[in-house]
Amino acid sequence: MTTTSSEVEPAKQRGQPGQARLLGLVSRVRELGLLAVLLFIVLIVGIQAPRFLSINNFVQILLSVAILAIVAVGETLVVLTRNVDLSVGSMVGFTAFVTAYFFKELPHSNLLLGILLGCALGLGLGMINGLIVSFGRVPAIVATLGTLYAYRGLVFIFASNTTSQVNASDVPGGYLALATTQILGIPALILIAAVVAVIVGYFLHASQSGRQLYAVGSNPEAANMIGIRAHRLVFAAFAASGLLCGLAGVLWGARFGTVDATNATGLELQVIAAVVVGGVNIFGGSGTVQGAVLGAVVLGTLENALNILNVSQFWLQAIYGAAIIGAVVLDAFITRWLQRAILSRRKKA
Amino acid sequence: MKRLKSLLMSWEALLVVLLLVSIVLGAILSPYFLSGFNFYALTSNIMEIAIMALPMTLIIIAGEIDLSVASVLGLSSVVLGLLWERGNPMWLAIGVALLVGLVAGLLTGLLVTRLALPSLVVTIGGLALFRGLAYVVLGDQAVSNFPTAFTNFGFSPIPGTELPWSGLIFIILALVFVVVLHFSRLGRQLYAIGNNKEAARFSGINVSRVKLVLFILSGVIAALAGVIFTARFSSARPDNAVGFELDVVTVVLLGGVNIFGGRGSLLGVVLAIFIIAVLQNVLGLLNISGDIQSLAIGLLLILSVLGPNLARRIQVVLARRRLAVGSSKQL
Amino acid sequence: MKKLSQPIVELVGISKWFGVVQALQNVDFRLFPGEVHALVGENGAGKSTLVKILAGIYKPDAGVMKVGGEVVELRSPTQAQALGIAVVQQEPMLFPDLDVAENVFMGRHPRDRFGRVDWKRMHREVDQLLASLDVTLSSHTPVQGLSVAEQQLVEIAKALSLRARVLVLDEPTAALSSHEVDELFAIVKQLRGRGVAVLFVSHRLEEVFAIADRLTVFRDGTHIITAPVSEMTTEEIIKHMVGRELSNLYPKSEAEVGEVVLEVRQLTRPGVFADVSFQLRRCEILGFAGLVGAGRTEVARVLFGIDRAESGEIWLKGKQVRVRSPQQAMEYGIAYVPEDRHLQGLVMNFSIAANVTLAILPQVSRLGLLDPRREQKIAGEYSSQLSIRSSGVEQLVSALSGGNQQKVVLSKWLATNPSVLILDEPTRGIDVGAKAEVHRIISDLAARGLAIILISSELPEVLAMADRVLVLHEGRVTGTFTRSEATQERVMFAATGQDR
Repeated sequence: MTTTSSEVEPAKQRGQPGQARLLGLVSRVRELGLLAVLLFIVLIVGIQAPRFLSINNFVQILLSVAILAIVAVGETLVVLTRNVDLSVGSMVGFTAFVTAYFFKELPHSNLLLGILLGCALGLGLGMINGLIVSFGRVPAIVATLGTLYAYRGLVFIFASNTTSQVNASDVPGGYLALATTQILGIPALILIAAVVAVIVGYFLHASQSGRQLYAVGSNPEAANMIGIRAHRLVFAAFAASGLLCGLAGVLWGARFGTVDATNATGLELQVIAAVVVGGVNIFGGSGTVQGAVLGAVVLGTLENALNILNVSQFWLQAIYGAAIIGAVVLDAFITRWLQRAILSRRKKA
Repeated sequence: MKRLKSLLMSWEALLVVLLLVSIVLGAILSPYFLSGFNFYALTSNIMEIAIMALPMTLIIIAGEIDLSVASVLGLSSVVLGLLWERGNPMWLAIGVALLVGLVAGLLTGLLVTRLALPSLVVTIGGLALFRGLAYVVLGDQAVSNFPTAFTNFGFSPIPGTELPWSGLIFIILALVFVVVLHFSRLGRQLYAIGNNKEAARFSGINVSRVKLVLFILSGVIAALAGVIFTARFSSARPDNAVGFELDVVTVVLLGGVNIFGGRGSLLGVVLAIFIIAVLQNVLGLLNISGDIQSLAIGLLLILSVLGPNLARRIQVVLARRRLAVGSSKQL
Repeated sequence: MKKLSQPIVELVGISKWFGVVQALQNVDFRLFPGEVHALVGENGAGKSTLVKILAGIYKPDAGVMKVGGEVVELRSPTQAQALGIAVVQQEPMLFPDLDVAENVFMGRHPRDRFGRVDWKRMHREVDQLLASLDVTLSSHTPVQGLSVAEQQLVEIAKALSLRARVLVLDEPTAALSSHEVDELFAIVKQLRGRGVAVLFVSHRLEEVFAIADRLTVFRDGTHIITAPVSEMTTEEIIKHMVGRELSNLYPKSEAEVGEVVLEVRQLTRPGVFADVSFQLRRCEILGFAGLVGAGRTEVARVLFGIDRAESGEIWLKGKQVRVRSPQQAMEYGIAYVPEDRHLQGLVMNFSIAANVTLAILPQVSRLGLLDPRREQKIAGEYSSQLSIRSSGVEQLVSALSGGNQQKVVLSKWLATNPSVLILDEPTRGIDVGAKAEVHRIISDLAARGLAIILISSELPEVLAMADRVLVLHEGRVTGTFTRSEATQERVMFAATGQDR
């Protein structure tokens, strides 16, 4: 074992709380790092094209990622428990289409009713996911891959039985206004996304169940030992993801107006990118909703920057991919550096 | 464990039944189903997915996953197209396209083995990266004036048969992969790694090297699928085969391969490939395109895991009840 | 030290079986509030089993358990906690991504009047808790960054916040420096003062004398003796721990020891072991004795190429070698039968034949293709040689008994035709009959020219089988005995670091 020494270590005793603060900070370094990356992009691009720095442009960026951010918040809940939800794209597409259709067919109905419908639909789809994973013990990858197909199929069936496309002109202005109204000068869409992020983030931070979500993902065995009902929490996480996808779908229809059965195909890729870049650990147990939202914002900023710099749009996907890989590689190096730092600190002690 | 083995055996049996049922259904539902031309259409439609499913099976058995295959397909397709357009000979274009697949697989493999990164995330990144590079290479263009020999290879069956050329390639590759997975040293190592990575390592197996080889293989085969795809549609476009990776994974999982590794056979995968091919084909013949098929595939996938799970739970409950009855009898 | 008449925990007639192995046999045990009670015994004596029963992880097969005078039937760890029993396992069960405070309070977060998690109060309470234990750990530290010692402290803090009446520490000092041990003992003394009953499981006798009021000795799953520490001497304790008839269960055939095959010089891995040197000859069985954590397996891992030593030399048959991987080790003729056959030794879903040939795949294949007949032939040969009882070489190893499973692992490594065979706890979890068989096999192997390192925590086994015994304690060689010199007491002395 360690060579024995009976020296008293005053440095260790006094420096402890400070070092602890540092280590605690390092786990928050991820979000700070993202902010730094964001600032970096803003600066570099801002120098080359000053119109990038306009308020209007920032609003455009936030608008473009608002819906993505909402879905990413839901995905974060699932990933925290050491699972993954690949069906988000299909859920958003489904609820977008059904909600738009609802408003097309019943244009005089209460706006709130339509919103609730979409959310309820999403919740239902999410609950099915939750049942399959927590009750059916089907691995999340397989289950949500299956529902990705199944739900998309349902949209197509729905579309073939109703209408292939809902146009912006078909739906009441009130619905479309959801996306365009401004409250205190800020588009409602952005506010809704912000409110969602704040609420869920708060829940994760301030509620017992929220903290237990982290426990389940961090060490499922230990969670079991202290009596945490992991299955219920996982079910709830998937249900919440579905609910948020429902909300996102409602907003999608409002924002784009023209909706068909292929909407939001491939959204899951962007969502996972946002979540991974945002520092949420794919193995669960750590990460924040703020991080995921920041991740979405960073990716949206990148896209916007490409536009402004007249870089061909075709670089966008490649950059997405590089960002994901870069984020994971960086995280791996940070973890390794941290472990080495901890070991050396311990050797001195 | 014997019970599990027999369960697995019966999964392949179930697939055989499913396949037969779908063929019979197809024959009943459509007069065109049993025609030679239909067989050709059915087969050629699924060949790219089928070919990519072969290395995917090995990768999943070894405990990893590769979601970037369709993007590598797209990338190699546009590289092929670009080189051809610039006046290079076809053989060179094909060769470079395959090389691109090799490099892509090498990159993925290094990230997973050297840096110990989770393959799920790395290959999702690769999915975006390689697809993105395909767009960078060709933009929104498409290359379509390929030589006749090439398009014949992609479009016409082997003379005298109803089998597409790609079908022949698949048969050859499938035979090779079956031999590798089920009869070779490498296959044994794969199952060992997928079942118990530690024990494999302790037995002197170079786990990193084996996995690296798998990812490189996956890349090359995806590129090959790209060549075939390009020939079939006579068009090289960056959005070729978008979304195929999910079909490939679905086919492998449906074939009875366990997502966590260590379990599964190529026989099951091949059966699953043809079940899906027949399903697609029949629905197409009945003019039901895409929608119900998606639903059916999704349900099949979920049931393929849910079914055995529930069956096992029921078995355990029944066994426990039997034990309780037995012990109460003793009292 | 208050001696109350009512024990806080009482076990009467407790027995526990694992398959055919009886871990606890009709054990009586009493724990009183405000005492530090040491539970002492060799590896396999039943200490951990008792702890897990107290923790609610295992259910006893026979016997009665009383907590606070009331009969209880523990069905889960949560229930044990609710009754005030807190157990700190050898492997702390914490949430690495969360901070110390949350680990202490997970599932019972203090809340403010709105029902929200009260972070300030949680951190304050944990800081107070830690301060009351004189621990300078901050409640904000993420557990990931903590050393094993610090993690244990978190577990103890958790126990305190649960108002535990009983604190069980299972081999707490195995991974601690002596400074950290002192800190731990200070806390234990404090707890005792508060009326908590502390059960301290250990085989480090110097610690027992430092901290315990009473001690209990277990041996082979039976309760041997309980007495105040002040009335015992080290020799007496050791005698109780090992005192058994060394019958002729382990036949070791005499063989002339040959030339040196393996020589290790000053092998060092900082923090794990230091300056380990020894020689190993043909036909010789060198026993590695010592307690858990002494570093024996770690030395073996370096010899087999799984870990790397920082300094020192390894000489094989007169040539210096660097073993960089298990593959290389095998090329040099070194074979390693690992401690845990489930995690490291076998692929449970494979057949006997597949497991036996796993390390020699090139030999059972032609042009890369496996030759099933050759596989079966080799597996069959070893199967009969080692008397592996099965329904055939195609049977899955998961269906075999522990003893037969171990023989499969042995076969696998014998098939590599090694010159050096390292056996790590080869008879762990095997019943007596199978043990004797395995010993006979090992003895035969030595006679046939193999050089064998036998790592074992079972003293009788080591003493009977080994030609020479090397004893390690905390990473250093503390004793070398020839067969005639080695006695249980001498070896145990060296193993507990007495002779330093």
